[in-house]
Amino acid sequence: MTEEKVTSSLSILYDNIRWEEKALYEAAKKRDIKVNNINCKDLSIDLNNERESSPYLNKVIIQRCVSYFKSVHATAALEGLGAHIINSLRTATVCGNKLFAHMELQKAGVKTPNAFSAFSEESAIAALDNLGYPAVIKPTIGSWGRLIALLRDRDAANAVIEDREHMFPLYQVYYFEELVSRPPRDIRAIVIGDTVVAAIYRYSGPGEWKTNMALGGHAETCPVTNELEDICIKATKAMEGQIVGVDLMESREHGLIVHEINNTTEFRNTVRVTGVDIPGLMVDFASKIGK
Amino acid sequence: MVKCPECDAEIKIPSDSIEGEIVTCPDCGASYELLKAEEEFNIKPAQVVGEDWGQ
Repeated sequence: MTEEKVTSSLSILYDNIRWEEKALYEAAKKRDIKVNNINCKDLSIDLNNERESSPYLNKVIIQRCVSYFKSVHATAALEGLGAHIINSLRTATVCGNKLFAHMELQKAGVKTPNAFSAFSEESAIAALDNLGYPAVIKPTIGSWGRLIALLRDRDAANAVIEDREHMFPLYQVYYFEELVSRPPRDIRAIVIGDTVVAAIYRYSGPGEWKTNMALGGHAETCPVTNELEDICIKATKAMEGQIVGVDLMESREHGLIVHEINNTTEFRNTVRVTGVDIPGLMVDFASKIGK
Repeated sequence: MVKCPECDAEIKIPSDSIEGEIVTCPDCGASYELLKAEEEFNIKPAQVVGEDWGQ
């Protein structure tokens, strides 16, 4: 892919065409919007290009790379050269890191699970003693429930933390959350602009406490109440998000709390369950930016 | 229609396919990425999952 090929009014940047990316492409075609699919793996970007003469200047690009690192770095390069990326580098950076996101949500007054951070084996155990057991350890960067573990007691914590000490340094940045008392489900709400367009309950799969659909859970429609809408919009604004998936839990103690915001959100299950034309709404939103 | 490089089975390419889409061999389950070539598609082995994939 050469830089000159980015000439359409709307581009979709991908590294894999999943159901979501194909649905976005079809939605744009249906609306007679010129759409250019850009394979991130084919990009060769001159980072020293003058912004004013950059082929990416003012191009609207929906970032859909499934690889976190490719996504955030491609966003940095293209946004730096003048493209309007959905979502922005700031949103991608903060949403992609659970600790960063936690702090932004806290600052914005959005309720989150109680959490502790620590930077050594000893301080990690001290943090868990403060937080209490059971607790959840999460990598600050990671998806689909990978490397998230439930720590029922200090023995379990010692074992997991010892393993982490032998892994890539990122995994020695410890991030722990309380195990929130909640129904066996969480909520994924899709926000486009300043509207919650659809939401689903995601139920844990058999023998699984995590609710990630990638781990075999199932989904049902969740009504978009005023309370849900308010907290999702507040969380989205805190991240400067344009199109995001907000993940919430129904804490028995605190009500709705936000535990994650997804900047390249998957929405296949939400479309399947709710029937809402999310790809069409995303394309409508993106094409308005380009005008 | 293309031949699976792994098992030689025939893989049907749907008419609405687009470049970059993943197709799976019905016989051996191997996944391939579609590459545009003239009027047809070629295939290359697809990355099925990456350590940093997902949302």
